[in-house]
This record gives sequence, C-alpha cells and structure tokens, in this order.
Amino acid sequence: MSDWIEVGSVEDIPKLGARVVKTAEGDIGIFRTNDDRIFALRDSCPHQGGPLSQGIVHDHKVTCPLHNWNIELETGEAVAPDEGCAATYPVKVENGTVYLSLSS
Amino acid sequence: MKEKLVLIGNGMAGVRTLEELLKLDPAMYDITVFGEEPYGNYNRILLSPVLAGEKTIDDIMLNDLQWYEDNGITLHTGEKVVKIDRRARKLITDKGREESYDRLLLATGSHPIILPVPGNDLDGVISFRDIKDVDAMLEAAKKYKHAVVIGGGLLGLEAANGLKLQGMHVSVVHLMDTLMERQLDPVSGGMLKQSLEERGLNFLMGASTEAILGEGHVRGVRFKGGLEVAADLVVMAVGIRPNIDLARDAGLHCERGVVVNDTLQTFDPRIYAVGECVQHRGQTYGLVAPLFEQAKVAANHLAKLGIARYEGSVTSTKLKVTGIDLFSAGDFMGDDSTEEIVMQDAARGVYKKIVLRDNKIQGSVLYGDTVDGAWYFQLMRDGTDVSDIRDSLLLGQHHLGDAGHGGTNLAASMADDAEVCGCNGVCKGDIVKAITEEGLFTLDEVRAHTKASASCGSCTGLVEQILAHTLGSDYSEAPSAKPLCKCTEHTHDEVRAAIREQKLTSIRQVIDTLEWHTPDGCAACRPALNYYLIAAWPGEAQDDPQSRFINERAHANIQKDGTYSVVPRMWGGLTNPKELRAIADVVEKYDVPEMKVTGGQRIDLFGVKKEDLPAIWSDLNAAGMVSGHAYGKSLRTVKTCVGKSWCRFGTQDSTGLGVKLEKLTWGSWMPHKFKIAVSGCPRNCAEATIKDFGVVCVDSGYELHVGGNGGIKVRVTDLLGKVETEEEVMEYCAAFTQLYREEAHYLERTAPWVERVGLSHIQQHVMESDENRKALADRFKESQKYAQIDPWAEHAQKAELRKEFEPLKQVG
Ligand SMILES: Cc1cc2nc3c(=O)[nH]c(=O)nc-3n(C[C@H](O)[C@H](O)[C@H](O)COP(=O)(O)OP(=O)(O)OC[C@H]3O[C@@H](n4cnc5c(N)ncnc54)[C@H](O)[C@@H]3O)c2cc1C
Ligand code: HEM
Ligand code: SF4
Ligand code: FES
Repeated sequence: MSDWIEVGSVEDIPKLGARVVKTAEGDIGIFRTNDDRIFALRDSCPHQGGPLSQGIVHDHKVTCPLHNWNIELETGEAVAPDEGCAATYPVKVENGTVYLSLSS
Repeated sequence: MKEKLVLIGNGMAGVRTLEELLKLDPAMYDITVFGEEPYGNYNRILLSPVLAGEKTIDDIMLNDLQWYEDNGITLHTGEKVVKIDRRARKLITDKGREESYDRLLLATGSHPIILPVPGNDLDGVISFRDIKDVDAMLEAAKKYKHAVVIGGGLLGLEAANGLKLQGMHVSVVHLMDTLMERQLDPVSGGMLKQSLEERGLNFLMGASTEAILGEGHVRGVRFKGGLEVAADLVVMAVGIRPNIDLARDAGLHCERGVVVNDTLQTFDPRIYAVGECVQHRGQTYGLVAPLFEQAKVAANHLAKLGIARYEGSVTSTKLKVTGIDLFSAGDFMGDDSTEEIVMQDAARGVYKKIVLRDNKIQGSVLYGDTVDGAWYFQLMRDGTDVSDIRDSLLLGQHHLGDAGHGGTNLAASMADDAEVCGCNGVCKGDIVKAITEEGLFTLDEVRAHTKASASCGSCTGLVEQILAHTLGSDYSEAPSAKPLCKCTEHTHDEVRAAIREQKLTSIRQVIDTLEWHTPDGCAACRPALNYYLIAAWPGEAQDDPQSRFINERAHANIQKDGTYSVVPRMWGGLTNPKELRAIADVVEKYDVPEMKVTGGQRIDLFGVKKEDLPAIWSDLNAAGMVSGHAYGKSLRTVKTCVGKSWCRFGTQDSTGLGVKLEKLTWGSWMPHKFKIAVSGCPRNCAEATIKDFGVVCVDSGYELHVGGNGGIKVRVTDLLGKVETEEEVMEYCAAFTQLYREEAHYLERTAPWVERVGLSHIQQHVMESDENRKALADRFKESQKYAQIDPWAEHAQKAELRKEFEPLKQVG
C-alpha cells in the first residue's frame, strides 16, 4: 500500500519546471509539465548523477543539466540512444495538492 | 485504419525518405516497399570501393532485412512494379501482385545510358550501376585480361581504377579532350590524367566509339578513324538517364525526369517522387547530397507537417580513387564577368582555382590538396563577401585561424586514440566506429550516439570533418542553412527576423507562430529563444527562467557534484578591505570549501549548497557587491592592468577606463559569454588582444580590438580602429556589443561571428557611420535599463524568486 505524503501545491512548482523534496533516501525531483501533469523522479541522472530537477523541462521530458541526456518523466528512462533509468515515484494531485509516495 | 504508403524503388533516395518519415512519425502509415534488386538497401556510392577491393558487399549494406521488419515495413525484393493504375490507386508487379495505395512514393533512380552502336548487346558489355554489375566485373577480372571503359567521367574513372586494381589491363576512352570535363578545367583534368597514367591506366582521348566487336562475347572496340582495341570486357559509363518509364506510362507529366514541385509532388498530388528520377525546376541530379535534401522535404510533407520546401541544390564533386584528391563545385570555368585566383605547384601536384564575381565565390576546382573544399563550398553557398580574406583565401581556412570553431583538417592525420571531444572524453576511433557500425550520416546522429560535440560544441568542426572523412565527402550533407534545432526548420536568422517583424514577445508565441514540431521546444532552442526575445524587445518580452540553463536560472555555476560557485563582481579587478572582509566572512559562515582567484581578476567561491545561495548573496550585497555573472551568457569581466596610475609604462588610466566599461556593460545578456580587457600600453599585460572587446591604450589614444578569445584555440583580435577619447571608447564599445547582440546566433562567440560576417561589415556599422554607431549605442543603453538589475539582490529580496532555491518539502 502507498503512504501518500503531502508535499505542496501544484502552484508551488513552476510550469515546465521542478522543485526538490528532500528525503532520507535522497532528493526527489517533482516536475510540472506545460499540461500540468506532475511527475516524481529520483533527482539523479542515470548517466553520472546530475541533478535532473535543475534541467530544462519540455514535453514530458527533462534534459539533464550536466551532459544533456533526455529523460522521460513518465518512466525515468533515458531517451535513445542513451541507456539508463532514473527511479520514478508515484505522485497524485488532489484539489491542487501534490502527494508523493516513497514506495517506488 | 492507417493510410497506406507504397515506395517503388528500394534505393538510396527512397529509403532515406522513409527513414526521415519514421523519425517524424513512426506510426503514421502502413508502409510497403517494392525493389527490383534482390537485396535490402545498400550504399550505391560505395560500389566503387567494393570494385577496388577496399570494401565488401556486407560493408555497404545500409538497411538489412531486419530493419524493415523492426519498423513494420513490408518489403518485396526482386519484384518490379510494371504498372500504376492511378484511377484505382493500385499498382501491379511483374509477379502479378496487386497493391493499393493512399500515397505513392516514386524513387526509381536512373538507367545507365547504353551507346546505340552495333554490338552493344554482346556478352561482356556492361554498365556500372548495381551489385550485379560489380559481380560481373569481378568475375570478368578473374577470367580475362583486357578491359575498355567507355567514358572518362567520375563513374568511368572509378570503374577503371577498380578494374586495374583487380589486375586487368585497362583503357579509358573519352570523347572529350579533358577528363571529367563537367567537373574539371583543362589544367586539373590534365593533372588527373597524368596521375592515373602513373597508376597504369591508358587513355584514348577524343575518341568516338563506332562499334563493339565480337560474336557472342565481346572481343574488341572500334573507333571512328578505324583504330581497334582488344577487349574482353567493356564497361559503358557514358551517363545516366532518369528512369521515368513507370511514371510516363501512368500519365504523370515527365520531361527528362518526373516533374515535381518544391514539395516533391508530381502532377498527381497523391504521388511523390524523389531521387535521380525527378526533375525539379528544370534540374536533374546524380549525386546523393541533393537526393537526401529532397528526402527530408518529401518526408516532412508525407508526415503532413507541410512546412519544408526544396529549393534545389548546389552540388560538389569528389572522386573516390584512393590517393587522388580532387574537388570541384559550382562554376569553375568562369566567364567575362568573373575573376580567377589560381595557385599551381607542379612539384607537389597541387592546383587550386577559385572563380569570383563581385568578390563572391562562384566555383572552385582543387587538385592534390582538397582540405579546404568544404570551406570554399560553404562560402559559395552562403554568398559570403571574401574581400577581407582574398589575399589568403588560397592558403586555406587553417591559415586564417578559426577560433577553435571551424577546426583545421586534422581529421585525416589524427590517431584513433586521439581525443576529439574533451567534454565527453570521446576519441577519434570511437567516432569512426560509431559512424561505420551504426551507419550514421549526420552530425546530430554522431552526437546522439557518441556524445562527441554534444556538450560545449567546440569540437563540432572536427567531428564534422571526421564524418566527412570517414564517409567520403559524398555524404557530408551539402552545407546548408542549418535549422536552429531539431524542433524547427527555421534558421537562427529566420527566427530572429520573425520575432522582430511579427513582434513576437513570448516563447509560446514563437513556438505557435513558427509551428515548432515539439510542444515546448527543447533544451537547445528554448534558451536561444529566450535570449532572442529579450534582445529584440527589452522591457516588453518577459524573461522565462524555465528556459534558461540552470546556471543562469540559479545565477551561479553548477559544479560537477551539483554544488554551485559564487563570483562577486570586482569592478575592473579593483577591490578593498570591506569587500575582502565580507567575502572572508561568508566563506567561514557557510563553510565554503574552496576559494580561488580567477583569470578574470576576481574571487570564486566553490562548493556552495544551492539553498545557501540567497543568504550568501544577501551578505555580499550588504558589503556593496553584486553578481559577477560568471555563470551567464553575458558580460563576464573587464580585466585591466594597473596602467598610468602606478606603472611606469602606462599611457592612460587603464584601470579607471576598465571600471567605466564594466559599469556600462554589466548585466547585459549576450549570445555567448563576453569578456573585455583594457591594457595601459602595448605591453598588453591585461591580454586585451584575446578578448571579445579589448582596448590597448597608446600615447595618442585607444586602439580598439575585437573578436578574440583564449580557450582551446586561441584567436587574436582584429583591429577595429583607433579613437582618441574615453567617451569614444565607451560609445564604440556599446555599439560593437549591440551589433553582436543583434546579429550573432545564440552560443556563437564574437570570434566565429566576426569571421562569419567579416570585419569590414562590423567596421561599416561601428566605425564608418556615425549615425549607425549612435543608433546602436542608444539601443544598447536602452536595453541596459532593463538588464542592470542585480539578480542577487532581486532574489534575496523576493520570496517568490527564492523558491527556486528552497526544497519543496523536507520529508523524514
Ligand atoms: C558506382 C557508382 C558510384 C557513385 N558514386 C557517387 C559518389 O561518389 N557521390 C555521389 O554523390 N553519388 C554517387 N553515385 C550516385 C548515387 O549512387 C546515386 O545518385 C543514388 O544512388 C541515386 O539514388 P536513387 O534512390 O535515386 O536511385 P537508386 O539508388 O538507383 O535506387 C533506385 C532503385 O529503384 C529500383 N527500381 C527502379 N524501377 C523499379 C520498379 N519499377 N520497381 C521496383 N524497383 C524499381 C532500382 O532497381 C533501384 O534499386 C554513384 C553511383 C554509382 C553507380
Ligand atoms: C562551460 C564551462 C565553463 C565554465 C563554468 C567556466 C567558468 C569560468 C569562470 C567562473 C571563470 C572566471 C571568470 C570570472 O572571473 O568571471 C572563467 C575564466 C576563464 N575561462 Fe572559463 N569557463 C568555462 C568554459 C571555458 C571555455 C570553454 C573557455 C575557452 C574557450 C574558457 C576560458 C576561460 C578564460 C580564458 C578565462 C579567464 C578569463 C579572463 O582572463 O578574463 N572557459 N571561466
Ligand atoms: S600593459 Fe603597459 S601600462 Fe599596463 S601594466 Fe603592462 S606595462 Fe604597465
Ligand atoms: S549526469 Fe545527466 S547527462 Fe551526464
């Protein structure tokens, strides 16, 4: 079962941007796309651990700020031809409030 | 149900179109391909090296059967389409199969021309077009001794060279007096003939074939005048004729080729055509570069994006005979209205000729040293005015110095383990391997697979050369106007013009108006657009933090461990105890692990945690310090020497002037980073002649230098001119900076920009016209009104902006 944790409101995250949730197991990036979908990824690029939350968000992807890998927000998968995967976390939005679950 | 797309002709142009289409939309059509040849798609160009024994058939396969399967494409090989029924929208093959279509793509290539002479159908008379022909030649070379190649053009010479290497005795027969007369002038044609003769080929020039002799199998060739030559193999390479049989029978309008418009549509809008079979604006093509350009446009329309147009191609030629370097492009013969620059060095076997009209390159022929072919070709296509570099044009791009951006032709001589891309640690061998094994053609593909040049981009030129060198220049896409990024077809200049003329003030507007292919752009175009918008409409366009690289969004440089560095501005490199004390205090208070004096004469604090940034800034602000913009595509530093105030050589107050220049220019966003320096005398301690804008003080005033940079490849500045007063220095600096801001492409430093547009263009705007200069300087000052806000103070004060630096939530 999931333990949903309230992390803030959708409005706290800029469109096409991200914010970080700090947890005991490390940082988690919470991303907001232009169509107001919210995604959560471990804030560590599968390439060399770059902070994905600091990248540029476009469509449902984020470009890592260190070496420009593109990561799918939905699955955490690197866009081909790069290979690798960032862990994803369940998120849900209810009445404009974002909830995160740490059971990845 | 999906629409059905059928491709007739499983060759280079057709399959390339499918590849481009799959990239745009992999699931749009149900695709079926018919190919008369019994193979997957192979690289026809490389038949020559196969014949020469330098490659095998396996090496030249581009798409094997698995590729078709993986992409859900139905392929019928060894099956020829014999009829198109346009009314019923179906076609019929020689095996009696019927296939319906919604859209049809014709890419039937061309037929080799067979001379209408007696005996042309004898055994042992073949053309040079496909794998079957190469097999026949290799077979013949094992059994027979004498070969005659009819035709001294590109194809004929490659065939002759291959047969010679297979051990045959080869004579080349040519109707004209110059080999490859459509690509070479008499001098270079003569040099080519001589080096081929040295390799053991025989030539019969000005010879017209009358008959091919023999019963059953060929035994010789007779020429006008009666001369006979023995032959067991005759290769006809006298030209090609677009294969329009099917199209004509189907009632499509054809002239020499199938006539298509700028969207590669035939007169039946359901039928597209690409490749050697088409005629566009009166032209037919027989080289791959234009066909690939056509493929891109046709795919764009098949994918119903409907924005690309094909406007014809300018082509260049290289001969693929190992050891012979030859390049030709454009109008290389010239006429009354042109001038020629020629260099000939018989001893080295080098010949270079450039044809100019009004100081623009019309064409060129290079023999023996073709390193600069691509460069001349680019200058020709861009219509660049070469008056500034005319003197050294023939010495090549290397001689000009290329600011580390063009790269000299090192590609050929580099060792496999030599590092090409320092950012991603990619060696030449890795790149070559990826190109050959993955079948890569373009810079973007090499970037995607190897990451070479994908980061800072300074090795782009070198990677392009390796690409060209590995594939043979035939592939290096004819240099064309490059789109801003993969999200659009528009170039940087087109996008900027649209922003100005249609008064676009937000990224969303640009993406919608110019019909980007992607919903939100990408990490390459968004920062560029953000810059173009604020440069064009200061005060009106809203800066979009989400479209800035993290360094500019966080106003600090991200380091490899995800921490940041902080560099406060020290005007002209001057500082005082209060500033130094404040810096020392924040270092202790926030446990900053390291401090260093930078090359830009200020102090860098390393290893700062993101959430501490606003507090550090606010402490530094309190001591009167502001952001140094060491992270931005913006003015970085103004480096100065001590100058007249202390130095015995000083002629002017270089430090004071530096401070004034920094007060003038700080905060300004630029296409790339921008550095200024002022030296107090020509000893130039501040290294002003490797800065974007450098001032060297002299007794009688100030020399202004522009377009320099340090870095991987040092480029020394060009002298823009000389002025007499500090006020003038300020005005000229503002004007130059603004011209750069308005004209350079995003991420183009002043050095490549100056080389691209030419120093005289800049002098015209900044030195020669007082009116222009004043207008530029005024526009600069206007935009500075909105730019000179210290981002540190702004962030420290506004809670909204501070969110960027605070965690959304702390859990557990
Ligand atoms: C030996 C050689 C060397 C070359 N060297 C160079 C070079 O160095 N640089 C360069 O730029 N270009 C070079 N070229 C030219 C280049 O290969 C061609 O321009 C290019 O291959 C043409 O592509 P295409 O798709 O139009 O035609 P093709 O590649 O010829 O493809 C057409 C295909 O359609 C098939 N076909 C035709 N009619 C039918 C039908 N009715 N049903 C089914 N299938 C059909 C044909 O069998 C063929 O496979 C060379 C060509 C040759 C032969
Ligand atoms: C993108 C990665 C880079 C970062 C983060 C970076 C960062 C910096 C910083 C912080 C400084 C101190 C500048 C100042 O005091 O304002 C500096 C100086 C300098 N950098 Fe870089 N730099 C980078 C890439 C480059 C490249 C690619 C070159 C060469 C082309 C280069 C050449 C220089 C030079 C010559 C100086 C000294 C400047 C001077 O003397 O005025 N840097 N760099
Ligand atoms: S550049 Fe000239 S004036 Fe400046 S410190 Fe050097 S010697 Fe002195
Ligand atoms: S760490 Fe993300 S691309 Fe290298």
